[in-house]
Amino acid sequence: MRKVRSWPAKVLIYVLLVSMALLTAFPFYWMFVLATHDRSTIFRAPPPMWFSDDASANYARLLEAVPFWRNAWNSLYTALLATASTLFFCSLAGFGFAMYDFKGRDALFGFLLATLMIPGLLGIIPYYLIVKWLGWLNLPRALYVPGMASAFGIFLMRQYIASAVPTDLLDAGRIDGLSEFRLYRNVALPLIKPALGTLGIITFVGQWNNFMGALIVLKQREAYTLPLALRSLQGLISTDWGALMLGTALSVLPLLVAFAAGSSRIIEGLTAGAVKG
Amino acid sequence: MKTVRRPGSEAGGLSAQGSGPAGYPAPAAPPRAAAGPAPRAGRGRVSWSRWQRRAAPYLFISPFFVLFAIFGLYPIAFSFYLSFHSWNAVGGLGTMTRVGLENYTFLLSDPWFWKSLWNTVVLLAISGLPQHVIAIPLAFILNSGLVRLRNLFSSSYFMPYITSTVAVSMIFTTIYGTQYGALNAALVWLEQHAGFGWLFDALKLELPVNWLGRAAYIKPAIAMLVVWRWFGWNTVLYLAGLQTIPRELYEAAMVDGAGIYQQFRWITVPLLKPIIFFAVTLTIIGNMQLFDEPYILTGGTGGTSEAGLTVALYLYRTGFEWLYMGSAAAMSWVLFLVIGIMSAVNFRLIGRGGLQRREG
Repeated sequence: MRKVRSWPAKVLIYVLLVSMALLTAFPFYWMFVLATHDRSTIFRAPPPMWFSDDASANYARLLEAVPFWRNAWNSLYTALLATASTLFFCSLAGFGFAMYDFKGRDALFGFLLATLMIPGLLGIIPYYLIVKWLGWLNLPRALYVPGMASAFGIFLMRQYIASAVPTDLLDAGRIDGLSEFRLYRNVALPLIKPALGTLGIITFVGQWNNFMGALIVLKQREAYTLPLALRSLQGLISTDWGALMLGTALSVLPLLVAFAAGSSRIIEGLTAGAVKG
Repeated sequence: MKTVRRPGSEAGGLSAQGSGPAGYPAPAAPPRAAAGPAPRAGRGRVSWSRWQRRAAPYLFISPFFVLFAIFGLYPIAFSFYLSFHSWNAVGGLGTMTRVGLENYTFLLSDPWFWKSLWNTVVLLAISGLPQHVIAIPLAFILNSGLVRLRNLFSSSYFMPYITSTVAVSMIFTTIYGTQYGALNAALVWLEQHAGFGWLFDALKLELPVNWLGRAAYIKPAIAMLVVWRWFGWNTVLYLAGLQTIPRELYEAAMVDGAGIYQQFRWITVPLLKPIIFFAVTLTIIGNMQLFDEPYILTGGTGGTSEAGLTVALYLYRTGFEWLYMGSAAAMSWVLFLVIGIMSAVNFRLIGRGGLQRREG
């Protein structure tokens, strides 16, 4: 492959790669640009391509239209609880599947994998009914409890634990008199931090961005998460795009910053589970 | 990545069988206990520690099965039951009446359902296929060792995946604006200043395009968003898969005089099959349930003459806007069937090698 040394080919490849990157980045740039424009300048041809200074006016109108920070808190709270509980239950179950030989293990694991193939839409109506019966409508737990021990997370953890935690270490711990839970807590958990980080990020992002579930179980404006808050802005008489884009930018910004900080590790971890198989 | 094999597992059994001379019964596998740590007799707490060692794995994996029973199995069983009933969710369970297959027969004669299914399949084709057609060569280039800053590029392609579909759909709504959208501005510029006028004439594309208002353009608009959002994810997935292909294969091919295209065609694509199968399966399952993007881009309605009405969106409207819970449940089962068929086709076409490799 190193044969391609010719300049034209190299230039062509870089032009391709860079233009793809620009295409990917442009919508985000455009979002930030519109977030700083008043609604009157947005509806103008050609559209604005550079920042303006109306962001604070947009911000004021955004807060007028939706309880934005309340909704942001709901998002944060839900996503954090989802992440913490998922990490605990999935790593525990992954530990169980990876480190023990027990009756029915392979069948149970096969069953778990099979559930991955079930489309989420199949249970969406009863999900609403269960949440209603439990009295969980408008509560964050309606969003994070059902997925706390996700099959995907357990699969990811099992794969990682099987390759990262030596059984000898567990036996050594047993000789020292550690209980099985202690073995998980004190021996395995410290060894699987990278996988925990990956699963944590996937879970956090997934819950932060969860739209359909939230649309179904959150009915009050005060209980909305950010995607619902944004969507409720869309319905207002002649959508206020300046304020809406500012809200969108504020909801995306934390993820973009976090991603910029740890993108290469996130990607590595994400793909590890898929490929190691 | 090496995997630590646990003692007493399938690997041991296989090798024991293989070592037996032909015609002779395979030597008995060593007893299980011998493979594990020897029982530590003579200690006071042996029985307790043994007991808890037996019970521990079941305890550890139980949360999944409990939660799945409540939020997975039960809903699925109930939705199956519900699909044979007519029920308006506003009344209590008492208002449920048994209607047999009526929901299904209604669905099969419902033009909107067929339309939504057609829309979904078309969207799967025009948004699913390009993702992979872009991602595989892109991953190949990034993996070729020619390119510096590989991580920077792959991260930037991956970025859309972490941002919410609602947020990016909002952004794309402004990009698709007829008079003031960025896409039309770019197209107008291409037509008037970059000498691409002939192309637009040939395509009979009149600018500016009403992307979200005209039925003919709604699906392409949704598809462009989906491709934009997912090609990077697939690129990263394929990149990881490519790294498992040994370099020596390429080097041997080069010695034999294979060009870059031949290497791609005869080494990369065949060896990437397991990952292709995995990625395509994810795309099928995900795209057949496309909801957020059409919901936001069409304002929750499905758009002009329902051109953007996907099955998921129709299901949502049937169940939660019009409150026909039974019909919606039936719809979810038909969708499940369709997804199952498509996954099976995918497995037939490219999957077999994939599964073998996963097990081996």
